[in-house]
Amino acid sequence: MNRLITRRKVMTTALTALGGASGLAVAARLAARYGLIPPDHGGLYGAGETLTYASHRLLTTRGSLAREFRPDQISKVAPVNGPPPQAFDYQQLLRRGFTNWRLDIDGLVSRPSSFSLGDLRRFPVSTQITHQACEEGWSFIAEWTGVALSHVLNLAGADARAKYVVFYAYDDDWESIDMADAWHPQTLLAYGMNGADLPAPHGAPLRLRLPRQLGYKSIKYLAQITVVESLKDVGDGTGSSAPGYGYSWYAGI
Amino acid sequence: MRHSALVRVTHWLTAGSFVALAVSGVAILLAHPRLYWGETGAVGTPSLIDLPLPFMLTGQSGWGRYLHFLSAWMLVLTGILYVLGGLRTRHFKQDLFSAQQPAKYNGVQRMTYGAVVFVLFPSMIWTGLAMSPAVTSVAPALVTALGGQQSARTIHFVVAVLLVGFLIGHVAMVAFAGFSRHVAAMILGGEPPATEVHT
Repeated sequence: MNRLITRRKVMTTALTALGGASGLAVAARLAARYGLIPPDHGGLYGAGETLTYASHRLLTTRGSLAREFRPDQISKVAPVNGPPPQAFDYQQLLRRGFTNWRLDIDGLVSRPSSFSLGDLRRFPVSTQITHQACEEGWSFIAEWTGVALSHVLNLAGADARAKYVVFYAYDDDWESIDMADAWHPQTLLAYGMNGADLPAPHGAPLRLRLPRQLGYKSIKYLAQITVVESLKDVGDGTGSSAPGYGYSWYAGI
Repeated sequence: MRHSALVRVTHWLTAGSFVALAVSGVAILLAHPRLYWGETGAVGTPSLIDLPLPFMLTGQSGWGRYLHFLSAWMLVLTGILYVLGGLRTRHFKQDLFSAQQPAKYNGVQRMTYGAVVFVLFPSMIWTGLAMSPAVTSVAPALVTALGGQQSARTIHFVVAVLLVGFLIGHVAMVAFAGFSRHVAAMILGGEPPATEVHT
């Protein structure tokens, strides 16, 4: 009797393990197919990152909006981490008021384009009062003005194969977001802050605003946008310069 | 009265992930050891608590957050297993809420355990989610009910301190009652020693 129970137990355990393993394999394939695996999924922390990113993407399938605030809630103090780029080309653009600055869009687009600051300002204006939280723990609320990234992607004719939008900046940082964020109505290319031109330390002339993620995803000092199908061959393959410094690619926390 | 396999396995998974959460939590906190109330807060605005700790910007909040979420997932999944299993085996009913005779734990112990499992840990999960700009885009009430994102961060810290306090008390009581025999009982599932002091 005892032996029978033991054998049954062993078989049940083996079947459960087999079921669990094949379940995991199926889950992994489904997750890859529906774009639920972040580019920095490797290594010790990959499982946690993948669970967070996948669960957030499943939670936000209906394109939920980040909280917006009243004008009287705008913070009087809006700190930054460090000065604008000291590189000569950026400093020269800054001195000339960004008159000869251009934003290039290339990659998987039918009409590779180059926009001046004036072009961007002529596009439909989008304004939001949103919360910006630094990964360090501090935060502020500000009003941001710009053009929806989706408008610019449509103008350039983003391809249906596109999976990520990559951003390059004058401070040598680079960043990328998935298409769920790229087409999201609150994802802005912001040139204004609190009713004025975007101040240099906040990312002049143009920065990304991505209010459903931590502040560091809202990359500053934009120079170029590239639409891609895969992040494997972009930079070190981890999706942005953040993982190189030890910070996660997805920052919806 | 021996610990069930469910209690033993989830106990050590919880212990491991809790220590990882505490260590990574401190790593994240050290990037900005100031706490605020309301939606926003930064250097240059009034704080609620200025912790006597240095501002450390050496990148430890990066691995800190990676580890924090990995261990948070581990703890939440363990917690689900523990609560479902505890309901099924009547662990909560028999050992926490209506002590059978002879009682396994005294009143203070039962109240403390109940508060840790059903108040403090859920508060940590709630305040943790309330800091997520993605999660609060789906469920804004998670953060507005607490008074704002910085309030959520402050409550998260205070409850974490309470949980670390519980851990210290718990280990001290186990040490007082016979450390190695109690630890052995929690690992192997044997009969714990007669002096029943668990906290």
